[in-house]
Amino acid sequence: MRVAQGGARIDRGRTIGFRFDGRRLHGHPGDTLASALLANGVHLVGRSFKYHRARGILTAGAEEPNALVVVGKGALADPHARATVVELYDGLIAQSQNAWPSIRHDFGALIGAAGPLFPAGFYYKTFLGSAKSWTRVFEPAIRRMAGLGPAPTGPDPESYDKVHAHTETLVIGGGVAGRAAALAAMADGRVMLTDERPAIAPLPGIRMLERTTAFGIYDDNLVMAVERVSDHLAPEKRTGPRQRLWQVRARHIVLATGAHQQPCVFPGNDIPGVMLASAALAFLEDYGVLVGRRVVLVGNDAGAERLQAAGADVRLVDEVRAAHGRRHVTAITDGTGQRIACDTVLMAGGWQPAVHLHSHLGGKLAFDAEKHCFVPIEANSRIRSVGAASGHIPRDAPPLPVAGKKAFIDFQNDVTLADIDLATREGFVSVEHLKRYTTTGMATDQGKLSNLNALSRLAHNLGGSPGAVGTTTFRPPYTPVTFGALAAHDRGDFIDPTRVTPLHDWHVARGADFENVGQWKRPRFYPRSGESMDEAVVRECRAVRTGVGLLDASTLGKIDVRGADAATFLELVYANRWAKLAPGKCRYGVMLGEDGMVLDDGVSARLGAEHFLTFTTTGNAARVLDHMEDYLQTEWPHLKVWLQSATEQWAAMVVTGPQARDLLSTIVSDVDLAPDAFPHLAWRSASIAGHPVRLYRISFTGELSFEVHADARFAPAVWHAIVAAGVAFDLTPYGTEAMHVLRAEKGYIIIGQETDGTVGPDDLGLGWAVAMTKPDFIGKRSLTRSNMLRADRRQLVGLRPAERIAEGAQLTLAPADTAMLGHVTSSYPNGHDGRPFALALVAGGRERIGQTLFARFASHAVRCTVGEPIFYDPQGARLNG
Amino acid sequence: MLIIPCPHCGPRDQIEFRAGGEGDRARPADPASLTDAQWAEHLFMRRNAKGPLRERWLHAAGCGRWFTLTRDTRDHRWSV
Repeated sequence: MRVAQGGARIDRGRTIGFRFDGRRLHGHPGDTLASALLANGVHLVGRSFKYHRARGILTAGAEEPNALVVVGKGALADPHARATVVELYDGLIAQSQNAWPSIRHDFGALIGAAGPLFPAGFYYKTFLGSAKSWTRVFEPAIRRMAGLGPAPTGPDPESYDKVHAHTETLVIGGGVAGRAAALAAMADGRVMLTDERPAIAPLPGIRMLERTTAFGIYDDNLVMAVERVSDHLAPEKRTGPRQRLWQVRARHIVLATGAHQQPCVFPGNDIPGVMLASAALAFLEDYGVLVGRRVVLVGNDAGAERLQAAGADVRLVDEVRAAHGRRHVTAITDGTGQRIACDTVLMAGGWQPAVHLHSHLGGKLAFDAEKHCFVPIEANSRIRSVGAASGHIPRDAPPLPVAGKKAFIDFQNDVTLADIDLATREGFVSVEHLKRYTTTGMATDQGKLSNLNALSRLAHNLGGSPGAVGTTTFRPPYTPVTFGALAAHDRGDFIDPTRVTPLHDWHVARGADFENVGQWKRPRFYPRSGESMDEAVVRECRAVRTGVGLLDASTLGKIDVRGADAATFLELVYANRWAKLAPGKCRYGVMLGEDGMVLDDGVSARLGAEHFLTFTTTGNAARVLDHMEDYLQTEWPHLKVWLQSATEQWAAMVVTGPQARDLLSTIVSDVDLAPDAFPHLAWRSASIAGHPVRLYRISFTGELSFEVHADARFAPAVWHAIVAAGVAFDLTPYGTEAMHVLRAEKGYIIIGQETDGTVGPDDLGLGWAVAMTKPDFIGKRSLTRSNMLRADRRQLVGLRPAERIAEGAQLTLAPADTAMLGHVTSSYPNGHDGRPFALALVAGGRERIGQTLFARFASHAVRCTVGEPIFYDPQGARLNG
Repeated sequence: MLIIPCPHCGPRDQIEFRAGGEGDRARPADPASLTDAQWAEHLFMRRNAKGPLRERWLHAAGCGRWFTLTRDTRDHRWSV
């Protein structure tokens, strides 16, 4: 109830309304949801995780394990909010969670009666049975009843912010010690101070962040903090971001995080109305709320007179043997066996410094036997603790725990004293094992109120001191952090940059269906109305095989290689030869890793004596450039070579098909396109529509092909000229899907599809492109390792399946074999002959040509005939045309 | 997140760098003269030291240079 005393944080002059479980209630600005509920006499706010016990408000702060509620509705719903830190606003809607059908009549409370089913380690004991009983019986039942609030019903409509800051000193905690430390640190330079509470009085010259929880300290004093910018406002009044993530680099960190009062352990210590003594005082002084009239105080008498002054009848006891009551405490039995009627039990179980942040970077703890708590040991001068956080706390000897039914150690995970004792008897005597077995300290409150009691009990059971038992490791976050704050702006379109080619607008206008290739958007196919993907791809492939097609290949990686030693360098980074390639010519090259596995492949063109342009796989461009730079800088720094990415500077347009030359001859000038003058694997300068272009006779389709490379700025004009000239030839734009079919029919590999880092050049039938006579190149030595010479290495073959098969399907000798010979790397339903075909890597594959294998996917097995990995124009007559 | 002292740009956030594994492992001058076992040792075996370890780093989002530093793997202390 609200009393006249105290209330420093509230504005008694104004009243605001809120709802809890549908009930309309009133509070004051400055209230937390917890203080407003208590002011209205509402103590029962939730049900516990395992036993569905009635639970009330235990604390007045961030350490609250019990009073978890859902705040807001629909997409704005925020589950697991701690009522003790939720600031009240007019119109706030909160709902208890983990109760069904209602908080007062909770079905799961029957589990309390079934307690023996849920002892320590129940995960490992109770749910034994068939796999079916888990999926059909246990899991749905647990999901329905476990203490998990409902997820929001839609995408988060709120915005979040992210900031970086640098400071000489960061003080975490704005209490007396923190403020004094901040003022003292001003002499050294810039000072920032964070405090998780609202309304922190400013200190001149110091950047103060209120409502800001520093939740983690990472290497080199990086502090992550979340500022609740507008959580305290009604949703319709929020104008800025909801929360802001701070990433602060501080030369010095001062931890003034205070201490947490610990609960006492006795049967019924979780009944609503049983709470921390410090919480009752905070509710009185900060919010003018007296939590009860008939108060039993156990532990020590600090604050008793203030409660009395506010109108409470306070009884001090040395020991509580048990608390009684179901939805609210009605009485206790004291150490003498006397029953005392009451409506409130206040626990003063000693104090534990909030050492969590101290521990994040590995800071060690020492047990202070006199104060019965763990105190931080200063590891270095860059992170130090002050005030209560450093162990300056009252010297309370906590009352000894009282065994019995339902004496709770961990309130949030429903771990009892008996569970700790059972775990000890079962041999879980390491603190880390105890934690995992009983789950004590593993709930969202991170054991702020349970670790010390659990460790003390373990030590007691083992006959030692908690200092000898040690603590588990505290890890970030100190309190739960929303995913929204961590993601901030990096969501939706801003997760990753999107790269589009200079011709993207044309593809969009043409109705292309796009696929993502790395960050690139590439047209996958251009459907005509009513056409399926398969139909469109068949049409696009046929156009290339019989007429002429047009592909935007601008995403192709391009690396400009220049310098006196350019050819020497390429000889080292590629497996094949370059030295004698004449300017004006192109060559296919294979790049290996030092382990001899294929890293990339592609054509390179010699533009001049000391100038090459290297083409890489679209998704591999950055990696290949890095690889080349690495060797250039670290292994062969004496070579005079400069590397530059040219991917985005050059647009690439592939004109391919039997009519490619006829089409281009109508728009290309300054070049002789005749086969003798401009053969396959040559390149020439030319111009189209007045713009300079380079033409490369490179074919990835097996047809007569010209790649037209134009400066990205003029690429649309060149593309439009090709498209306009193409009208007379029924020029068909085609996408990556048709490109894949066309190349696979020719047995051309795609890096990452036919390769996976375990495939060497010979495995792919690319031995012809490896010049073993060169003195050295990256990967050469590995090619003669015994493992690379095994006859049963997986080799690239073609498959003719009886029907369409799945990529990734396993290949076996017989339909029911379990011995796997290889897998399908590429598979397409329609080749030029209308039949399905596939590429595969098969153990000793080249020896198996003509054999029958079975492609297995799920329970389906499809008969396949092994053949050469080429399905079209094996002599290559068409591309030389 | 570490702060890495790039010898060319000064101290920068780890996010700007790419790790290149153990350093001071020059590529053998004549790989062909090595046995399979010696070559495998070069390719695959690393010290994974607890304590000072030479490491290769690339300042990928900075100067683009590779360099080698010593990091104490116990406490991330750097030395050149």
